[in-house]
Amino acid sequence: MNQGIVDLPKAATGRSGVGHSLALRLDAISLSFGGVKALADVHLAIAPGEIRAIIGPNGAGKSSLLNVISGIYQPDHGQVWIGDQRFSRVPTQRLARLRVARTFQNLALFKGLNVLDNVLLGRIADRKATFVEQLLGWGRARREQSQARERADAMLDLLHLKHLSNRSVNSLSYGLQKRVELARALVSDPKILLLDEPLAGMTAGEKQEMTRFIRAARDKIGTTIILIEHDIGVVMGLSDKIAVLDYGRKIADGTPLEVRADQAVIDAYLGVAHEESRAVEV
Amino acid sequence: MSTIATKIWTTPRLRAWLAALALLIVAYGLVPYFGTTYLLEAILTPFLALSLAAVGLNLLTGYAGQLSLGTAAFMATGAFAAYNFNLRIHGLPLTVSLLLAGACAAAIGILFGLPSLRLRGFYLAVSTLAAQFFVQWVLTKFGWFSNNNPSGVIDAPPLSLFGFSFEGPLGRYLFTLTVVVILTAVAQRIVSTQTGHDFIAIRDNELAARVIGIPVLRTKLLAFGLSSFIVGVAGVLWAFAYLRTVEPAGFNLDRSFQIVFIIIIGGLASIRGAFFGAALIVVFPVILSCLGSWLFGGLFDSGILDMSQRIILGLLIIIFLIVEPNGLVALWDRLSQSLSSITASKRNHP
Amino acid sequence: MVNFDFAFLIEVLVGGLLAGVMYSLVAIGFVLIYKTSGVLNFAQGAMVLFAALTFVSLLERGVPFWLSLIITLAVMVILGIAVERVVLRPLVNQPPITLFMATLGLSYIIEGAAQLLWGTQVHGLELGIDDTPFEIAGVLISKFDLVAAAIAAGMVILLTAFFRYTRIGLAFRAVADDQFAALAVGLRLPQIWAAVWTAAGMVALVAGLMWGARLGVQFSLSLVVLKALPVLVLGGFDSILGAIVGGLLIGASEKLAEVYIGPMFGGGIEGWFAYVVALVFLLIRPAGLFGQKLVERA
Repeated sequence: MNQGIVDLPKAATGRSGVGHSLALRLDAISLSFGGVKALADVHLAIAPGEIRAIIGPNGAGKSSLLNVISGIYQPDHGQVWIGDQRFSRVPTQRLARLRVARTFQNLALFKGLNVLDNVLLGRIADRKATFVEQLLGWGRARREQSQARERADAMLDLLHLKHLSNRSVNSLSYGLQKRVELARALVSDPKILLLDEPLAGMTAGEKQEMTRFIRAARDKIGTTIILIEHDIGVVMGLSDKIAVLDYGRKIADGTPLEVRADQAVIDAYLGVAHEESRAVEV
Repeated sequence: MSTIATKIWTTPRLRAWLAALALLIVAYGLVPYFGTTYLLEAILTPFLALSLAAVGLNLLTGYAGQLSLGTAAFMATGAFAAYNFNLRIHGLPLTVSLLLAGACAAAIGILFGLPSLRLRGFYLAVSTLAAQFFVQWVLTKFGWFSNNNPSGVIDAPPLSLFGFSFEGPLGRYLFTLTVVVILTAVAQRIVSTQTGHDFIAIRDNELAARVIGIPVLRTKLLAFGLSSFIVGVAGVLWAFAYLRTVEPAGFNLDRSFQIVFIIIIGGLASIRGAFFGAALIVVFPVILSCLGSWLFGGLFDSGILDMSQRIILGLLIIIFLIVEPNGLVALWDRLSQSLSSITASKRNHP
Repeated sequence: MVNFDFAFLIEVLVGGLLAGVMYSLVAIGFVLIYKTSGVLNFAQGAMVLFAALTFVSLLERGVPFWLSLIITLAVMVILGIAVERVVLRPLVNQPPITLFMATLGLSYIIEGAAQLLWGTQVHGLELGIDDTPFEIAGVLISKFDLVAAAIAAGMVILLTAFFRYTRIGLAFRAVADDQFAALAVGLRLPQIWAAVWTAAGMVALVAGLMWGARLGVQFSLSLVVLKALPVLVLGGFDSILGAIVGGLLIGASEKLAEVYIGPMFGGGIEGWFAYVVALVFLLIRPAGLFGQKLVERA
């Protein structure tokens, strides 16, 4: 029995009532590329409105985990529960309808559009007007446009980006671009928000602001947030719970205090070889 | 009074409208009076037809990021479709033939665009090349398309609209101009809608587009359809108004490349760019041959002209890609930007 | 099906396979460049034309065979270096599509230059291999095609040995694998790219000679590149073995289709059949038979 891992009660299987109380759940997710195991038997259970951080040394499989949740990778084994729906591969094109939104590690803004248009696109899941209606600018298209515009403006306001609405995203600093990406993710009112290193490359001041926005998202809209982040200080202060990955395995899962004191976690970060944490199959 | 003028001059949108209006006045009002037959027939009409084809391709490649090397095939589809509809359905108005031709081209475009679900970049280009070769073969091989004409070259029908005949260089020019103006306006409208933004999103980051919920395949097929419609109509104009014959040979791979060059030189993802690029492509061989015969006299025969054209065209592509990847449009904008700031400062410091 | 002419089928098949080898000759040039720099060199066909034209024109002016060969090789080296300096270096960080367009422009320049320099007429090319067909077990095989196959095989063996046993070959492979790592160990990329393009130029020369001997040296030679694309799709853009196998498959299926399906449509399928095959293949296996499966790391 491993001392560092907090055992979560195993949910009963086979009943559709399972997972109702959880916003997101991962069951025994395994994933390999060629001979490298990116994820090995990862379990995760996240309550609604929780801020869950995923940390771990480089190459631990954190981004892979997010990619599995957003359906970009199909796990070799295991299942993903979003709300009470179960998937062996999450359908990426339905993510918006499942009210899941995400940001990317390397920024995924649309460089050919300005800030406002990028954020506006976040509302696409609510767009019902057909192409022809848009072309002619008829009733429904016009209404949807102005509604989306309102929401986008409000979000830009919230994130202090209003004055940059017409700027091309290329001309913004890295930190600001990341904020625009967050705005685009938030504008769709997601139930679950996946953030892949949202604070990377930011100055201390920018990090503070961004942390505030992330917390506000949960506090104001009740979004469940899963974030990958390297800045341990921020992680400790922001998250409700932390899951720690190393070599594709989850080696710890608990409150910040618990995780900080966990020996396995300390060893992983210091690079000490640990029996349980070796998961690479060559 | 001068403040209104200043307002128009300094607001980009108003300036654009004004410029468009001015161009239309020149195109409809001045050119017919002062334009020579040569100008109308050999320069303006082909320029307009190629511009429209480039507008169409730009929608697909510039805005939606789907590379197509088969533009000429869709032009050919449009031309032959229009010819056959016009021939076989008596009394069919030319506008209807045009629309139907565009629809046929759109259908073929969507068909060869289906692989775009799984293919990107040059792999998709391979699919469009398949379209290019296959369509050309079908149109050449099956005489039905050419009304079983033994020479394989058919004459385009005369242009007429609502009983008005658009014959002669001026008539054909005006017909072409009108069609191009209308479809360009439509294209401009398309790119300003949310769907137009969908195109750009797919081009810039298809994965993110999928993640936020843009229906990727549907949008790509829409891009193929719209683009091919416009390109098909451009093909009709090229055959009916400019060449006045309909034959597969003029819609070969070189033509496809020509349209690609036009949008690269003119500026990807820019409606204006199509016109800039087409202007250069149409005008530069003329300039080159004048220059050549002036400099080298009789030595400069057509073979040398052809080859020099090829070399210079290739050079232009590479130069633009290196120096100004955003094309002539970007150069133009920078020029007008510095011009307006010069005049602005002149006004402020008289 | 008792009267089915199997001998004829074999003949067509063999003919197709050997024709396919000719495609492979061109495709190998593509693979060299794509493998090491990720650039799809649309100008490969133009390079074939240029090499062949230069060689043939020198021959016609009375330059002895081997000297012509050496001079042409030297010209291709210069071309390779020039391309790297003038086209590749300025575009080094651009997306692959931009580089592809650049090679499109390059193909126009090289085609134009070749014909401007040496003229646009067709030149016959005698390589001293006479094209007499001979019989094996009732099947007619062209001697020329066999020689072409032998040459292609020889080239593949040379290239494989080169990549495995020489320092430059090793450098090529390193760059093909990971440009940044190669930079980190001190490999000079510009030199390597110039070398790669030169090697591709030499491959183009061999291909040009073979194709020229068969078709005559003329402008349509540069269109051979269009057939090489389906070959690459089938074989994978970064595999020399794939170029061979792909060439064989395309050559064979094309010939078979032309002979057996062609008459239903009045012939001429060869123009697009290869592309349709490639298209179907792309939808089933996008990376090609031997290409590296691209893992899209989001």
